[in-house]
Amino acid sequence: MDQIILQILNGLDKGSAYALIALGLTLIFGTLGVVNFAHGALFMLGAFCAVTFQRLLTLSYTFLDESQKDFLGNPLKVNVPYVNDWFGPEAGASIIDWSVPLAILFAIPVMIVIGIVMERGLIRHFYKRPHADQILVTFGLAIVLQEIIKYYFGANQIPTPAPQAMFGSFDFGALVGRDPGAIIYPYWRIVYFLFAALLIALVFAFLQFTTFGMVVRAGMADRETVGLLGINIDKRFTIMFGVAAAVAGLAGVMYTPIVSPNYHMGMDFLVISFVVVVVGGMGSLPGAILAGFMLGILESFASMREVIEFLPGINQVVIYLAAIVILLTRPRGLMGRRGVMEE
Amino acid sequence: MYGLNRKDTVLLLIVAILVAAAPLLLNPFPDTSAMGKTFNAGYPDLMQRFVIFGIFAIGFNILFGLTGYLSFGHAAFLGVGSYAGMWMLKLLSINVIPAILFSIAVAGAVSLIIGWISLRRSGIYFSILTLAFAQMAFSLAASVLTPITGGETGLQTSLNDPRIMPGFLGGGTVNSAGNIPAPSLLGMEMSESFILNVGPWAFTFNWGYYICATFMLLAFYIAIRIFRSPFGLMLKAIKSNQQRLNYTGLNTRPYMLTCFVISGMYAGLAGGLMAAMDPQVGAERMQWTASGEVVLMTILGGAGTLIGPVLGAGLIKYFENIFSKINKATLEAWFGVFPDWMTDLLVTLVYPFIGKGWHLTLGLIFMLVVIFLPGGLVEGGQRIARLFRRGKTGAGALKPAE
Repeated sequence: MDQIILQILNGLDKGSAYALIALGLTLIFGTLGVVNFAHGALFMLGAFCAVTFQRLLTLSYTFLDESQKDFLGNPLKVNVPYVNDWFGPEAGASIIDWSVPLAILFAIPVMIVIGIVMERGLIRHFYKRPHADQILVTFGLAIVLQEIIKYYFGANQIPTPAPQAMFGSFDFGALVGRDPGAIIYPYWRIVYFLFAALLIALVFAFLQFTTFGMVVRAGMADRETVGLLGINIDKRFTIMFGVAAAVAGLAGVMYTPIVSPNYHMGMDFLVISFVVVVVGGMGSLPGAILAGFMLGILESFASMREVIEFLPGINQVVIYLAAIVILLTRPRGLMGRRGVMEE
Repeated sequence: MYGLNRKDTVLLLIVAILVAAAPLLLNPFPDTSAMGKTFNAGYPDLMQRFVIFGIFAIGFNILFGLTGYLSFGHAAFLGVGSYAGMWMLKLLSINVIPAILFSIAVAGAVSLIIGWISLRRSGIYFSILTLAFAQMAFSLAASVLTPITGGETGLQTSLNDPRIMPGFLGGGTVNSAGNIPAPSLLGMEMSESFILNVGPWAFTFNWGYYICATFMLLAFYIAIRIFRSPFGLMLKAIKSNQQRLNYTGLNTRPYMLTCFVISGMYAGLAGGLMAAMDPQVGAERMQWTASGEVVLMTILGGAGTLIGPVLGAGLIKYFENIFSKINKATLEAWFGVFPDWMTDLLVTLVYPFIGKGWHLTLGLIFMLVVIFLPGGLVEGGQRIARLFRRGKTGAGALKPAE
């Protein structure tokens, strides 16, 4: 029982990341009908927004402190981040400590701009081209983005820790009345899950309860008619592309303390996210979320020691196996709509 | 000739001559000169890669170019072929022929299974299914299948291999010098070369390269035959409108599956040759970036054309080699003729694209080709040719030269 709860919890954080990326992919596919292979790169760019933000915060100047001496007796060189001067040393230190959550504020505008530039500059020209061309050009774009990041940030992983307050683990067992210490779960992963849930809820609320969202949903159902009603649907879809990019980016920002970002993290997630989208049903937003969490949890169950001893290597392939089974038995995916990308 | 019409015969002959003369053509500069160090590509290792990836791309093009089904998992067949060939070299004989035949057979069998499942869907779903299978093969090869694949260290020939065939067929655990025998054919090792010195030029004629080249020409010939056959026409019909074919009562599945298996066997042949050239195989050969690479080659050259994939494979491998060799000092030497500030500026501008930045250049070229020239370089060539011809005759009628 403890094991089961633990594995479900373990699956939640990975599942959150899958769900968020798949949500963005589905938004883009549902609105613009484009298969975006560069979506993993957007996730990666989000993670590097966090890195950039951290570096901006820790920008510092050096001065010689005459009052302190180093071991040679020379004046000590002291690095002082600019934020310390602006907000005072204590506030400055805690701002730097909280750089990852704060990077959200930095990442939202950056990612929306990147998304809109991408759509207006490149993807717009590919609406009328075959899906294979869309896949190919976004695949090329993903390589380019990845290599640019590699050029500026290097090929190594860059550690971006969570705030000090979020270190350590939460004794989940004690909370639900099991033995203390039986189910231990790192704080940051809980934060990640809650953040993902909040973000998903926000996106759904935005689509469901705002006029803008209503128009976008109408456009997803019948673009032509919405256009004939005199609504500039292209503009709204462009903005939705920005939103999708921001969702992927935020998923990346918050994921940095779990896995230190490197330039190819996007590609690693992309393949699985596509599987998630297909399993959930192409073009279905709830399907993407459901499939994301289900596959995340499935993966964590498959990584249990008992399972691996029974079926070696199953943890590596379970997601793909699930995808193959679903595609062959339920071609439309778990919650796919009739007539969307049915081939 | 041999079932080809005149145009195809000429094409085949041109390719054959180019491939045979490659050791001469690819070394246009004297060996010791600065230009030669950077631009010469006539050494065995690189030339072998040209033709092996040429085979791989020709095979991929039979699937993608003819039917329009975009497989994103083709590297899996290449990897499977490599492993299969490697095991033949370890168990049976150091002779490369059984290894290559076994590679083709195993890759064919694997592609039969994967194709049978993946071809139930088309379009983007087909791409994702093949991608999923390839990723699965990659993760399995790197982890659980370690006894068969050597895991992360990979598989190589060793002193303890049985090699049960009699000695004159390439068996035997060790060679006469007591070392691990190198893969060979007709008593000649793959790595054996004949170096021809002409003044400052040095041309390397490598046995392994010519074996690969022979296979490539054979593969190219078979591809031409497939393109021109009724079977090939059927595949083109599937590309243009599969639904209509189904409505006329034709079952397209067997055609697709045959095509997929042929394509997989080409990849297996390439994999087997790779194992024979350099007897060590790692799982990274199956990673999906490797699948992406063959897609790039085919698109860059021109999908659906005969010569395109070979052209794309050669160009990508050639530029990969050159770009990786250029470094900052080379750039500074090139731009040295300009004033200092301009040299610095140019070096700063160009530097991200060379050396380790090769993939960035590759991605950019690829994007540009997809955006502006979806037919690849072959289409580019045709457009230029059409411009000239229109200038001369004023007629726009031109048959696409494939």
